[in-house]
Amino acid sequence: MLAVQLAALLGGESGNAGAGAEEALALLDGFDDALVHGLARLADERADAVAALAAAFAATPLGDRLAEAADAVVSGSITQEHLTALAGGRVALSGAVHDALLEGLDTALGRERAEWPPTPGDPQTAGGTGAHPAAQPAAQPAAQPAAQLDGQPVAQPSTQPSTQPPAQPAGNVLGGVRSWLRELAITGWRGVDHDLVSAADQVIEALLAVPELRRLAVLLDGFAAELRASCPIGSVEHLPVRRWADLWTRALLLSQDGVLTGDPTGEPRPAAMVSGRLLVLGVDVHEHGTAVQFQMHAVLEPADGGTSRLVRTSVTVAKVDTIVGTALWKLPQRHKVLLAALADRRSIEIADVPLLDSGDLVWHDDRAFVSKPADPLATARLCLPGALAPAVPPLDRAPVRIAEPVLVEGYKVTKDGSFDLGGTLLAVDTERLPDCGPLTPKLVAASSACVGLMRWDGGRWTLQPLAVQAKVKREAVVVATGDWALGPTDPKAAKAEARAADAVAVLQERAGRLLRR
Amino acid sequence: MTDRSPNGSPNGASAWARHSRLRVVPPVQPRKLAKVPFVELADGRLQGVVSSGSDIGRVYVSSIAAGTHNYNCSTNNNRPCGGLYGSPCKHLRALVAEAVVQYGADRVSRYLRVEVPEGAEPADCLGGVHEPAPAAVVFSRFLRHLAYLEVPDTTLPIPELHWFPATGTVG
Repeated sequence: MLAVQLAALLGGESGNAGAGAEEALALLDGFDDALVHGLARLADERADAVAALAAAFAATPLGDRLAEAADAVVSGSITQEHLTALAGGRVALSGAVHDALLEGLDTALGRERAEWPPTPGDPQTAGGTGAHPAAQPAAQPAAQPAAQLDGQPVAQPSTQPSTQPPAQPAGNVLGGVRSWLRELAITGWRGVDHDLVSAADQVIEALLAVPELRRLAVLLDGFAAELRASCPIGSVEHLPVRRWADLWTRALLLSQDGVLTGDPTGEPRPAAMVSGRLLVLGVDVHEHGTAVQFQMHAVLEPADGGTSRLVRTSVTVAKVDTIVGTALWKLPQRHKVLLAALADRRSIEIADVPLLDSGDLVWHDDRAFVSKPADPLATARLCLPGALAPAVPPLDRAPVRIAEPVLVEGYKVTKDGSFDLGGTLLAVDTERLPDCGPLTPKLVAASSACVGLMRWDGGRWTLQPLAVQAKVKREAVVVATGDWALGPTDPKAAKAEARAADAVAVLQERAGRLLRR
Repeated sequence: MTDRSPNGSPNGASAWARHSRLRVVPPVQPRKLAKVPFVELADGRLQGVVSSGSDIGRVYVSSIAAGTHNYNCSTNNNRPCGGLYGSPCKHLRALVAEAVVQYGADRVSRYLRVEVPEGAEPADCLGGVHEPAPAAVVFSRFLRHLAYLEVPDTTLPIPELHWFPATGTVG
């Protein structure tokens, strides 16, 4: 990213999301505040906020349903359907903010982005995301990925090992999720107690048994853990208001019949099967108490010589809260090629791997092998410009999901750790350096070039570093978040890991002894 | 510059309210799990599972209630622990010690609502009495905890995890 590009990105108004975004976010804040105190106790001001959210959609196809839902909620009769309509409105609003932000970023970077393939009349269209407030540019209707490439149907490869059959039909489980979410919305965050949180346990357990509901299971599990840790919430001074409303809304959306279970296989259909060379830009780590996702960003150079593409590939593993730090890398160890490529900084050759329309490569370790050394900074310098960015699935249009790889160099590091790029300041998010890797705020502050993800949250853009070039003891080194994928290479970190003993092994022994009694 | 904690800066509270991507539950510290494989602050109790020192197949379920500090220790089949002679047994002391490693002394004392004078151990500042508590609930939460290790991994993307960033060591 050049200084002139950064200036173009940050030069806009109102948190850089363009005209209308500030108003959209204010509507969200109003609705989110209603959830703090519960929909059962809507004071005048908060009732107005719910009505205002609905009113923003007056000129859209969602208008009538939302107006009805707002009226009903204000008068105290709160049905599932009403909550779904309101959640749909909230999702559409944040979707519009997402679209404006990403467009601003793409324009500033000169990044070309693929179009989401339209499938009009798709019965799986997700409720809510299709409508947009009048003030926002019209978006494409929500749709599931098309299974066609050049008119040829693509065979669905099995992407997951099959597990035991679910204990109960997905429909029943989803019903359980929706009633828990309704109870939450009526009670409000302030009224949440241990009993209400514990009521989610059974639902989450049932979700985890159904592979196609994994997204919802992981989301609810993380959400419930936060509510549990904050109990009793009535006396907590500051609440993550927007965040919890985001999580509630998203869970309600994913728990609608057909959203995650629309495809008979329960898996998104691949847009294409691809082969070629993967050049790694870095790995982004997501984590809560019981899950960790390693998401690799890379440039795919197709074997057929087509346009290179920006892709992501992910591995998500279940865990428990006591497995942390460098021990996390032991969990995905069956994906040996992926881990070796990250640890040794090498490119990867892949053959016939499914690529989703969302730009997600569905990892198959047995269809990949480690290739030549490749430095992430060189990759970013040489291959990032001109790579085609993927479309964002309609369901995933939330500002939080924006994570666009960029290369930044030629900056001065300011006192507070920001990068001064030709007089324009870019905030650097050093709180988001995962502790399973060697990249530290100190290394970032000593760096001269950085590959990172552009993210937007809390009203501003930040850079989340993935790899840096820095001077350590007068020697230029490259340090990346995935360097310890095969175990810590730093003696101090290796010692710490040995001291903590093998958490994974101890728990597996306990599980073997106690679980099947 | 990127501090989002509610008390981290003058406008911390509003930043906390208006961010989506936060780590609300602080990550726990790594510890050796062999003696006390499971510790949690939940349901108004510090509770957990302590491996028996003598029988590898036996575990004790130990818990201390927040506020009253009343305690209980029994096998998972509800047989009372033989070490409870009017005062907390070694399992309960091990539970508190490991909770302090995992969550930090502050978080544990705040949750249990116990005043710990400087230099004292939280385990020595609890004033409760023995009070039977449901071991089965805690034990089933432990089994549920272990069951996570048997959930298969997935290579399909989980966009929802973008709300849950990994965080690093500060400094």
